[in-house]
Amino acid sequence: MTRTMQAITRFGLLWLILLVPTLALAQLEPTLEPAETMVALVEEAAEAAEPTLDSGDTAWMLTATALVLFMTLPGLSLFYAGLVRAKNVLSVLMQCFAMAGLMSIIWAVYGYSLAFTDGGTFNQWIGSLDKLFLAGVTVDSLEGTIPETVFMTFQMTFAIITPALIVGAFAERMKFSAMLWFMALWLTLVYIPVAHWVWGGGWMEEMGALDFAGGTVVHINAGVAALVAALVLGKRKGYPTTAMPPHNLTLTVIGAAMLWVGWFGFNAGSELAANGTAGMAMAVTQLATATAVLTWMFAEWIDHGKPSVLGIATGAVAGLVSITPAAGSVGPMGAIAIGFLGALFAFLASTKIKKALGYDDSLDVWGVHGVAGIVGALLTGVFVAASLGGVGLEEGMTMGQQVWVQFVSVVATLVYGGVMSFILLKVVDLIVGLRVTEEQETQGLDLALHDERGYSL
Amino acid sequence: MKLITAVIKPFKLDDVREALSEVGAQGITVTEVKGFGRQKGHTELYRGAEYVVDFLPKIKIEVGVTDDLVERVIEVISRAANTGKVGDGKIFIYDLENAIRIRTGESGPEAL
Repeated sequence: MTRTMQAITRFGLLWLILLVPTLALAQLEPTLEPAETMVALVEEAAEAAEPTLDSGDTAWMLTATALVLFMTLPGLSLFYAGLVRAKNVLSVLMQCFAMAGLMSIIWAVYGYSLAFTDGGTFNQWIGSLDKLFLAGVTVDSLEGTIPETVFMTFQMTFAIITPALIVGAFAERMKFSAMLWFMALWLTLVYIPVAHWVWGGGWMEEMGALDFAGGTVVHINAGVAALVAALVLGKRKGYPTTAMPPHNLTLTVIGAAMLWVGWFGFNAGSELAANGTAGMAMAVTQLATATAVLTWMFAEWIDHGKPSVLGIATGAVAGLVSITPAAGSVGPMGAIAIGFLGALFAFLASTKIKKALGYDDSLDVWGVHGVAGIVGALLTGVFVAASLGGVGLEEGMTMGQQVWVQFVSVVATLVYGGVMSFILLKVVDLIVGLRVTEEQETQGLDLALHDERGYSL
Repeated sequence: MKLITAVIKPFKLDDVREALSEVGAQGITVTEVKGFGRQKGHTELYRGAEYVVDFLPKIKIEVGVTDDLVERVIEVISRAANTGKVGDGKIFIYDLENAIRIRTGESGPEAL
């Protein structure tokens, strides 16, 4: 009995020790306030005069950059690797890995410059060559409050994952060399201009299109390229009569989980600072994804009678995609609505409409990224409204006008990306040929193109 | 001597093995096999793509027994592997001409 009492007393004392300084600090705080305000004001004035490096922002953006690369390597790679047949597992891993190499170099040589510098007279359409070979991007150069090196690398990871997304559309049948040609051309002539239109001061940004983290630039862009690639390359041999089930859904679920985690870098990182907007971007990303996961799960449960693991993982990706353009503009309840509708439309597109139309977008890049991207981009114009919990429309903009602007940017991306992808695929087909031979396809790309097998069991 | 081959549901393997030991079967050979009978296959669904899987995984047991054990062995396998549902499997009985224990060279019933 006494021992218990002692324990309680000791415990109480411990609390007291912890509590007293906290209370004391709380008492002190009001007296500190005026001084703090002064400091803040001085800081603000200095900031207006000349941007200075913020170590908090920089620390977050270094982390966010690593998270976005983690989405491709290994997140997306594993997500895709599990979905193909065992004989092609290495080929998709290889394609994603090669993207990380190729796109980084293109980005450094001319990509960053063309996307993110002022193009003068042509600025509506494309940037300049001022920063060719990263000229002028030094240890001291800043972009806002973070080093320009960090900004450039952060954007580089976006230029890696976007082409890597397209890999899913032509999986199991495209020549590796043709894939490299197509992707290099696509990044140059599609991704870079569209990134400039939206983020580099181009016409979409001027028009007031809201695309916080890349709904149009990344997901609609990759989605439409994927759809066109699936149509131009044609179906896999035996599709859809031969069974082509995923060979290892465990890999796919691990990949989807990594995408979910990495996406916080993608969305919350797109604020380029560690602040309130980044915090809200993180919260809405989680909520939209959570909603999408449940939406897909229940949709499948109702439709088929059982919920599936592939379904719930795909739902997560659809939710993440749909909140991407909206992450900096909408509130938590808007995010839930966007996640619900994004997943619902992606579910219909990849499980019903694809089957009805008969095209072989092997891993549903269009159905998930394209469709959820469009839903997200359009709904950003709705849920940005302050009355719906968003940050509020630009002054002088009505909801109808904002949705129209979003619609124009979606259609422009679809048309430009679709037409250009078609042309580029045809060009590459002429130069090296797009598809492997039937024999190679039957053998599997791992052995046919890489002289390796994924599993030696 | 008879060779008794039984195709059973995989999850019944432990029950069948125990039952066989109890009646005095000296050893069994087990193989993972696939096939179909009246149970047919099942369907799998991946993002709306439905596949009919014709062949179901089963376990094939082979056990060589002396003539006096045949009835008992058939009986215990039938009992242990029975769930009462379609797909419980089948038992096949063959005449076994001879058996040889490799280590000693013994043959006939002593080798079982």
